Amino acid sequence: MSVKITLPTAFVRHTDGRKQFDSTAENLPALLADIDQTFPALGTQIKDEDGKLRRFINIYINDEDIRFLGGDNYAFQDGDEIMLIPSIAGGCC
Amino acid sequence: MSYSCTSTAYELKCNECGKLYGNQPLSACPDCLYPLEVVYDLDSARGVFTREAIAKGPANIWRYATLLPLPKGFEPDLPVGFTPLVRARNLGKRIGANNLYIKNDAVCFPTLSFKDRVVSVALANAQGFGFETVGCSSTGNLANSVAAQAVRLGLKPCILVPADLEAAKILNTQVYGARLVRIDGNYDHVNRLCTQIADEYNWGFVNVNLRPYYAEGSKTVGYEIAEQLGWKLPDNVVVPMAGGSLIRKIRKAFQELIYLGLVEDKPVRFFGAQATGCSPISHAVKQGWDYIEPQRPNTIARSLAIGNPADGPAAAKMIRETGGWAEDVSDVEIVSGIQELAETEGIFTETAGGVTTSVTARLYAHGRISPDEVTVSCITGNGLKTIDAVAGHYEQGRAIRPRLADFDAYLRELDGASAAETELVTAGGN
Repeated sequence: MSVKITLPTAFVRHTDGRKQFDSTAENLPALLADIDQTFPALGTQIKDEDGKLRRFINIYINDEDIRFLGGDNYAFQDGDEIMLIPSIAGGCC
Repeated sequence: MSYSCTSTAYELKCNECGKLYGNQPLSACPDCLYPLEVVYDLDSARGVFTREAIAKGPANIWRYATLLPLPKGFEPDLPVGFTPLVRARNLGKRIGANNLYIKNDAVCFPTLSFKDRVVSVALANAQGFGFETVGCSSTGNLANSVAAQAVRLGLKPCILVPADLEAAKILNTQVYGARLVRIDGNYDHVNRLCTQIADEYNWGFVNVNLRPYYAEGSKTVGYEIAEQLGWKLPDNVVVPMAGGSLIRKIRKAFQELIYLGLVEDKPVRFFGAQATGCSPISHAVKQGWDYIEPQRPNTIARSLAIGNPADGPAAAKMIRETGGWAEDVSDVEIVSGIQELAETEGIFTETAGGVTTSVTARLYAHGRISPDEVTVSCITGNGLKTIDAVAGHYEQGRAIRPRLADFDAYLRELDGASAAETELVTAGGN
C-alpha cells in the first residue's frame, strides 16, 4: 500500500526541493513518524513543542479534511492523495 | 480623485513566534504557519494620525491611510467606505434597545459590501508587488469587489467561487469581464485550491498571499464607528463572522485609537454572529474552546459559510477576553432578520446582515446587552445580492387598470384582506 503526499512550497526547504513523496504509512500518526525519519527538519516544523501537529496545518485526504474522516483513526487507502496545507482565512468577514 | 497617502512604517509579523518578515506577498509564517499580521510603528504616528488631520482627509477610508499598509507612492483611485452609521430607533423599539446603531456597509462603494474596503487595500499592495493577475476565493461579495476594482486598475482578475453561489453574485462578477471559475465544492474546497494556485502561479490572491494587507482594510470599519460616534467607543459591537477576521480588526482599530489618544480608553465587548448551519466560531465561544471544530456548512447565509475559519480560534479567544459572546441563528431567523431591518430602518441587507440583526435581537432578549448601552450592529452586505432568500415571502399582487375607481376598490380589497388577517390572528389567539 502506498499513499502520495503533497507539500506546500513553504516546506520544500526541508525536503531537498521535493513537493511530493510516497509513503507506506497506514494512518496519520504513522505518516508523521515516517516524516520524522525521512525528513527530520520537516517533522520538527510541522509539530509543536508537545509533538502534536501544529494547529495551522490542515490535512486533506483526497478532497476531504481528515477531521471529517476520523482524524488519527482514519486508515489510509491505497492511492490516497494526502495534502498538507496551511489554513487560510477568508470569506465575507 | 487626487489624494496622496503616506503610511506609517509597517511590516509583517508572526504573532506566534515573533519573527518579522518585512513586506512581501506572504500569508503564513514559514516556520510555524501561523497567519501573519501587519504591525506598525505606532509611536511614529503620534501627532500625525490625529482627529484634526483625519477630518481634513477625504470622506472615505483613505482619511485613515496613516494606519493602513499602503506602498510608497500609492494614490487612491476610488472613494471607498465611510458608510453611514445610523441610529436605529425603530428596530430598537422592537427589540428593546435604546441606543442601537447600524453601521451600514450595504451601501459601501463600489460594490455594496464591506469587502470593498479590504480589496482596495489588497490591490494597492498587488500593484506595489508588481502582480498583473489578481484573484480570490470568494463566497460572492469578495468576488464582486475584486472584479470591479481590478479592472479599473488595469489588473486581470481571476475569481474562484463555490458552484452553488447565488446567481446575483455570479452575475455581479462576470459583468466586469472577470474570469470566473466555479468550483464543484464548498468554500473551504475553493480556498484550499486557491492556496495551491497561489503556490504555483505568480498571482496576487487578495485573501491568500496578500491576506495580511487585505485584512487591515477591515480596521476602517472600527475607525469610522469611533469617529462617527464623535470619537467615542461604543459599549458593544455585534459583528458577523465567517473567517473571523473582521471582528478582530475592529478591535485592533479601537486599540490603536486608544494608544494614540484619539479616544478614551474604555471596555468594549465584542459579540460574534453566525448562522447555526455554519457556526464553528460561535460553537467554540459557547464551549469555551481555544480551537475550532470544522463544520460542513449548510445555511442560506453563504457569505458566512466557512466551516474551517483560520482566524476562528483567535476570534473566539478575543470575544471571551472582552466579556462578549457569540450566537447563531437558524435560516428562518435569518430571513426574519432581513425583513425586520428593512421594515424598521429601510435597510435591505443580505443574508449575513439577517444573521447579524437576528443575533443582535437575541442578545438583547437574553439580557447579554443592556437596553441603554451604546451598541453598534455591523451590516456588511446588500440585500439585492441575495434576493432569492426573501423572494418567496412576497406576492407581486395582481395588476389593475389605470383608473381611480379600480385603485379605490383595490385598496379596499387589500385593507379588507389585512383586516380579515387581523381578525383571524385574534380569533386564533383566543
